[in-house]
Amino acid sequence: MSIKGKAYIVGAYEHPLRKAPNHSVSQLHAECAKGALEDAGLTKNDIDGYFCAGDAPGANVWSMANYMNLKQLKHVDSTDMGGCSYLVHVAHAAEAIAAGKCNVALVTLAGRPNSEGSSGTQVRDRGVNLPDAPFEMPYSPVTVNLYAMCAMRHMYEYGTTSEQLAWVKVAASHHAQHNPNAMLRNLVTVEEVVNSPMISDPLHRLDCCVVSDGGGAVIVAKPEIARSLKRPLVKITGAGESTKGQMGGNVDLTYSGAAWTGPRSFEMAGCKPSDIKYASIYDSFTITVVMQIEDLGFCKKGEGGKFVSDGNLISGTGKLPFNTDGGGLCNNHPANRGGMTKILEAVRQLRGEAHPAVQVKNCNLALAHGTGGALGHRHGSATLIMERE
Amino acid sequence: MATPAQDRKLRDPALNPGDQPYFDACAEGKLLIKKCGDCGEVHHYPRALCPFCFSSKVDWMQTKGTGVIYTYSVTRRGGPVPYCIAYVTLDEGPKMMTNIVDCDLDSIKVGQKVKVVFKKTENGSSVPMFTPA
Repeated sequence: MSIKGKAYIVGAYEHPLRKAPNHSVSQLHAECAKGALEDAGLTKNDIDGYFCAGDAPGANVWSMANYMNLKQLKHVDSTDMGGCSYLVHVAHAAEAIAAGKCNVALVTLAGRPNSEGSSGTQVRDRGVNLPDAPFEMPYSPVTVNLYAMCAMRHMYEYGTTSEQLAWVKVAASHHAQHNPNAMLRNLVTVEEVVNSPMISDPLHRLDCCVVSDGGGAVIVAKPEIARSLKRPLVKITGAGESTKGQMGGNVDLTYSGAAWTGPRSFEMAGCKPSDIKYASIYDSFTITVVMQIEDLGFCKKGEGGKFVSDGNLISGTGKLPFNTDGGGLCNNHPANRGGMTKILEAVRQLRGEAHPAVQVKNCNLALAHGTGGALGHRHGSATLIMERE
Repeated sequence: MATPAQDRKLRDPALNPGDQPYFDACAEGKLLIKKCGDCGEVHHYPRALCPFCFSSKVDWMQTKGTGVIYTYSVTRRGGPVPYCIAYVTLDEGPKMMTNIVDCDLDSIKVGQKVKVVFKKTENGSSVPMFTPA
């Protein structure tokens, strides 16, 4: 079943805080839900579908549904795909709406890794019964070195350079300077990125995203409801989701699941990469952006480093304006999960509500793409294509 | 500049049923992978079902313990000492996550030939790591 045109994003909200030591995680979720409902012009009682992921207290739907006192939900979904969960949720919400299972779906994300002292160099406890853990955990895989291994192989196979990766951060900083809520608002240069401390070869400190508290929420609704509201119409036209792992030992770190979710999404939406006016691309690290830009088809495999160079991702001057909120690299990466903020900035762009300095002219077609887990061993991928009607 | 590899505390592998023979072999200085008796493919990490054909006729197979570095990263911040995580392509085919040890971490290169060595975890299990051949 194609979800093309079956549902709209009618509400969107990003929590303004980046450090929230005095907020509970459930409070952050609920404040995001409230913000998205107010943005849409709907009320809590209009919600009949609820989606959340592993960042929600208890990693289930009933704890937050109970906290917010959501009544008589007709459809719930706690799919956890790490950082890209929320892109998957929007697609699943569109499917549920198309199937008549609900009319107004709420998706929330929130967390406090900044207040809780989380870091990408920590070995995280990943739970019990994991089949891979005995064969990996003694080697201390952490978020940053799992992505660094992708970058190292990319450099080896394609000649990608640290300076090329740095351009991704430079572009993000150009956008973040206009975002009053962004965690890092200073412009940075290629030299500053490559001269920042080496965290895990070849990734420097400024190749890494921020660790922030906060969250976000979106409301997805059926067409009749979307048209009854006063907000610009953001129609969901294409989506794809997948996972990629180590393939029984045939590990290939040069590409991500975007190589599968991108083409499927474009086919459903009936468009091609060159039609996209704005792209939100998951930027846990600079290499994440380079690999996904290739995999989504914005350039050939191996040419991502060249593609992102010389300001090509900067709104107003580059061919592919990306992450105009400053992205995870400069603005926000709440709960260590950047998928929600990818959707939110795409919605702002399609509505014409991005900051005037970064708003893409006539932005009628946007893509948002996310990853979850880590590209260096196992990850989820999700793509969403949206159109202004 | 050189960054000599240093010993660090290694987490004990939290074994699942079926994993013990692999670590028993490590204690004897042998690195095992699994081979499917039906499709003939080898795989890693070891599973009870072949990840290629789902046959349950999978058996342990001893490797030569040699391979080349597919990719690596020296993590310089966050831990008590720098360490090198890597994927090594075994001569038998599969790539395995590991650490590169007993060398200057700044001299490690993709494509470098390596051989297995065994290091003890906090509670005395042996885990396979690699060092330049």
